[in-house]
Order: sequence, then C-alpha cells, then structure tokens
Amino acid sequence: MIEIKELYKSFGKQDVLKGVNLTINEGEVTAIIGRSGGGKSVLLKHIVGLLKPDRGSIFIKGQDITELKGSKLDEIRAEIGVVFQGGALFDSMTVYENVAFPLREKTKLDKNIINEKVLIALADVGLKGMEYKYPAELSGGMRKRVALARALIGKPKIILFDEPTTGLDPILVRSIHKLIRDTQKQYGFTGLIISHEIPEIFEISDRVAMLHEGKIVEVGTPEEIQKSENIIVKNFIMGIENGGKNEERKS
Amino acid sequence: MNLIFRYIGIRVINLWLFLGRIFIFLSEVIFHIFTPPFRFKNLLRQIKFFGNKSMIVVIFTGAFSGMVLALQGFYALNKFGAEALLGPVVALSLIRELGPVLCALMVTGRAGSAITAEIGIMRITEQIDALTVMAVNPIKYVIVPNILAGIVTFPLLTAIFDVVGIYGGYLVSVHALGLSEGTYFAQMELYVDMEDIRIGLYKSLSFGLLVTWICTYMGYNAGYGARGVSRATTNAVVLSSVVILLWDYMLGAFLL
Repeated sequence: MIEIKELYKSFGKQDVLKGVNLTINEGEVTAIIGRSGGGKSVLLKHIVGLLKPDRGSIFIKGQDITELKGSKLDEIRAEIGVVFQGGALFDSMTVYENVAFPLREKTKLDKNIINEKVLIALADVGLKGMEYKYPAELSGGMRKRVALARALIGKPKIILFDEPTTGLDPILVRSIHKLIRDTQKQYGFTGLIISHEIPEIFEISDRVAMLHEGKIVEVGTPEEIQKSENIIVKNFIMGIENGGKNEERKS
Repeated sequence: MNLIFRYIGIRVINLWLFLGRIFIFLSEVIFHIFTPPFRFKNLLRQIKFFGNKSMIVVIFTGAFSGMVLALQGFYALNKFGAEALLGPVVALSLIRELGPVLCALMVTGRAGSAITAEIGIMRITEQIDALTVMAVNPIKYVIVPNILAGIVTFPLLTAIFDVVGIYGGYLVSVHALGLSEGTYFAQMELYVDMEDIRIGLYKSLSFGLLVTWICTYMGYNAGYGARGVSRATTNAVVLSSVVILLWDYMLGAFLL
C-alpha cells in the first residue's frame, strides 16, 4: 500500500531522515515508535506531501507521490485521512461543521446525506449530542475523537495518526486505542500510527517499526519487537536512555 | 572588518529572500483570485470583519482628525487673513492625505493584527496543514478572502473617514471658530477637484492590498508557538505601518 524507499531529509545542517525504508501493508495497522525528535512526524508529513524529501521516494498505490504536484497530489490525498497531533480542528467551526467540512468542500453531496453521514461518524466515535459545541469547549480526548471522525468521514483507504494519544491520561489512551482498533475493523482502512505509548501501542498494531536517528532499525510484529535483541529497541521499550550511559554520566 | 561584511551580507541576503518569498506568495494569491472555486461566503465574512468592526474606530479618528485640522488650520490661516480657505484646507488634507493614511493605520491596528494572529494560530495548530491534506488550498480558502476584503473595504472606510472628518471640521470652524457656514462649504466645492478624490481612492486601494498582503503573509509564515505568533503580529503591524507611510510618499512624489 505504502512503500517508502531511501528517504532522506535535512533541515539546514540537521539531518532528520537518513535513508528510511518501510513498507506498510494494506489493511494493517502499523505503528512507528521512537524517541521524540527522531523524525516520526517529519516522516508522516512526507507521506501526505506536506514536505518534500531531499532524496528518495514514497509509493502509494504504485505512484511516487514525491513527484506529484497540484491536482494529481490532491487525488492521492483524497484517499488519505490524517489525525494531527493536536487534532487541528478548525476552532471557528462547531464540531458538526468540522466533521462535515471535507464533504462540503470536496463532494457535491446533498445536505441531508451529509447530515446523515456526519451524525453516523460522530456516533461511531462516541460523540453523540456534541454536534454544536466548539472545539475549545471540548476536553483533549474529545477533540481527538472529533479529529478521528473528520478523518473517517470521507472513508479514506489510509489514515495516518500523529501521536493520537499524547497528553491523555492512561484510561483515555486505552479508550482512544480501542476506538482506533474498532473503527479500523469497521471501516477497513490501512493505519499508520506514530506513538510512544509503550506498551499500549503493541495491543492495537499488527506491525511495529522502530525509527531511531533517522533510520528504521527494526520492523516486526509486536511480539517480535518486544522480544527483540536489538539493543536500541530493547532500551527504548524499557525506557533506558543510550543504554544507561547518560544516567551514569550525569551521576 | 570581515565580521562587518559578513553581517551586512547576511542582512542583504535575508532581505532578498524575504522579498522573494513575499512576492511569490502574492503571485500565488493572484493566481487563486482568478481561478474557481470562488468562495463568496468567506469573502463576505471577511468584508464584515474588516468593514463593520473597524467602523467605530474609523469614525472616531475621522471626526477628531477633521476637528484638529480645522483648529490648527484656522490658527495658521488667521495669521495672513485667509480663514475663508479653511474648508478647502480641511477637505484637501483629509481627502488626499490623512484619510487614506490614518484610516489604513487604524485598520492595520484593528483588523490587520487580528488576521495575522488568527492565521498564525491556524499555522501553529496545524489547521493550515489539515486544509492542505484535505485537498483544500489554504491560500485560496484563508488568504484570498482577506486580501479581497481589504481591497474592497479600505476605500469605503476611507470615504467614511473623509466625510466624518469634513463634518467634524465643519462643527469646529462654524460653531466654535465662528466661520460662516456658506464659506466653509462653498470654498470647498470650488477647490476640491475630482482628481483629488481619485488620488485618495488610489491610495486607499493600494493600502488595502499592501496591509492585507503583509498581514496574511506574516501570519501564514508564523514561527513556532505563542512567541512565533506574537512576533508575527508585531512584525505585521510595524511593517504595514512603515510601508503605508513609505508608499504614501512614493505615490505622492512620483506617481500621482
């Protein structure tokens, strides 16, 4: 479904991605884990064409999207939904208008049909009755749900999640994860989740990839990753920085 | 010595980069103004935002500018006995110069800063990115309505400013300074030409474009976090104000 090949990106003197190779299979949920500032969000922005790589390519359905521009790129984007880190809800619009926005802007559907779809999408994420609230009136968890509903409304084939649970309490983390899993089963999208919720992320993903210093160091099923002998992966899962060396230096 | 050259060099290069970016931004805006889909609803909302909400501030500053002009103009004209020309002095200063400039400065402070902050917040909370990935062009959706609204509302607000200012001047000169009512308006009619009004119109049209162009650009390219937005807003207001005065002089000296 998505094939990332030898992706390089640097900002000024800072090399963020140093040759990322990753294949994301259709119908699966793939999680990318790794330290903050390790380039995970940058990788995600490349997949929707918000950033252009210095080198390398990303194939979505056989098309290299790094080469596409304008309406061709928009065609591919129409099949991708994105749930941004903070939700990126339009704060001047109500929840209802936010969720209806992609349909109103990009389709010529009748008002009643849009209304029906919005209400279904909101019910699917457990937000019945919240239609006329503004994003500022919602809690963090609710905002993420609205963002998910907005991403789901166009029935995209791929949904990208940029740290969907950052800043939520452990109970909400589980409930958002369950929501992602349930909607994935229901809608059948291909999911890519960027996260550092260890170990919760293992419960909802089919495959896990570890991004470290601009490269994918290991890919496998959650079980394989948890049993990995790779020292970087092991330390990350256990929460040890640089194999404990940093701590020693500090003390 | 080397350091000085390096410092100047960096400044010059950055200035060129900035000018390049802001003109590319404008060319994108112009492209999107003339290509469908047209978003009349957004345009009307922004016209209301610029026009309606700036009205009070424009009326207030307009009235006092006219009154002060009459007061000071009377003092100066009185020295060589030409009080009769107070009407044209007030009207010409307002229509040719003070109306467009003061009105543009007030609207920059009132609405320009607000659009920079709004667009800046949309940028840092990834709302601009969200529009892009939904295949809705953010320049078309967010920027174009603001710039068109500026071009539409600035001349209208300036007209209001001029009218209110002239009436303010009338109140002071007739009711406080004892000038005759007929003299004030008859002399004005005699000395104010259509040409003067046209100059005021051109000025306010170009200020409308300049202010919204600078303010939207600054917001669209705001840096990270609250500090990024606050810096963008400050830069937008300062740069707009300086450009208004600079452009006003250029227009007066070379073009009109």
